[in-house]
Amino acid sequence: MTTASITAAQGGLLACEACHLLSRPASATEPGFCLRCGEELEFRRHASIQKTWALLIAASVCYIPAMALPVLNTTTLGTSDADTILSGVAFLYTSGSWPLALVVLVASVMIPLGKIVALAYLLITVQRGSVKSNHDRTKLYRIVELIGRWSMLDVFVDTFTVSLVQLQPLMSVAPGPGVLFFAAVVVLTMLAAESFDPRLIWDSANPHPIRHG
Amino acid sequence: MRCGSLLAKRPIGPPDLPLALTVAAAIVLVVANLSPLMELSVVGRTASTTIVGGAYEMWQQDEKLTGALVAFCAVLAPACYVLFMLTLLLAARLSPVPHWAGEMLRWAHHFEVWSMLEVMMLGILVALIKIAELATVEAGIGMFAVGLLVLLFPAILVTFDADDLWQRVQWTDDGTPPPSPDALSAAESRG
Repeated sequence: MTTASITAAQGGLLACEACHLLSRPASATEPGFCLRCGEELEFRRHASIQKTWALLIAASVCYIPAMALPVLNTTTLGTSDADTILSGVAFLYTSGSWPLALVVLVASVMIPLGKIVALAYLLITVQRGSVKSNHDRTKLYRIVELIGRWSMLDVFVDTFTVSLVQLQPLMSVAPGPGVLFFAAVVVLTMLAAESFDPRLIWDSANPHPIRHG
Repeated sequence: MRCGSLLAKRPIGPPDLPLALTVAAAIVLVVANLSPLMELSVVGRTASTTIVGGAYEMWQQDEKLTGALVAFCAVLAPACYVLFMLTLLLAARLSPVPHWAGEMLRWAHHFEVWSMLEVMMLGILVALIKIAELATVEAGIGMFAVGLLVLLFPAILVTFDADDLWQRVQWTDDGTPPPSPDALSAAESRG
């Protein structure tokens, strides 16, 4: 990469986000649609920073009840137990399968938290117009995109536990209110990652005339 | 490219391989959704579940949103992805490739993001081990089918050459205007 090279935006062109066809926009404000695949063309995703912040804040609000409220209510012969995600991890650990406990801990506690922190960091650096470590920040974004899906793990665990353990009156498991909040965290962080436009990371290094929202 | 991501790679294997894999995935997907994932037995009583059964149970237990989400990520999204890929790959054998193929490929990408079979697989395994403490659990045919799908989906991805298909897709407005020479040179000089 040399300083002499120009970006597509500087050259008055833009690439389609779906099929990567480089085309000339219909006009500077309304770029139109991709000629090849019909995707709506945008220089930068519309209101990317605002949307990502909104989804991110919603996700962090949901994160608290997701951790604090029980995800499973187990009823065994009349006695009832409420399990949160963390006590589920503790159960797996004490019952001897610590690798599984680690997998669940990473997928359901650390990944959502890490995603929220990472996206907040990306948003703040983009808003402050930072030009440092662009490569690392792009890599960070790609990791966030890639691992996000894995936090759905606990939702699946709970679903299949609930559907399988229905042996009334011997033993039954019902979902708790935490599941909904947890699922909300996962979906909201995935949507936040999708609405963030990684091209913004590079904009402060290569300023171009088109303003982004 | 400036961000260091892979721009293009050569797909591996013969051109018909992705089609064969997708057909296989479609068949296995039907099996995975119809046969029980696992069976549980405690003192003579048995219970079994399927993927849809799991989502439905969630729905019945008043966790409608969660149930719908599970159904979407575990059944609908993979099914749509396989269906779109199947029509796409069949359409790709035509020449010229019809223009709706582009639209479809775009949608297939969206569904791919939300199809979480591999996550579900791990989730089921964790659930199995958790319950194994309390009762006897046996993995059913559905479980093996899901395992097979987890291998088939990435296999379709690595053998399928999206760039090649994009090159051949007919553009929406009749002609096939290639990017003008200056546009191309701008693309190359893009750092």
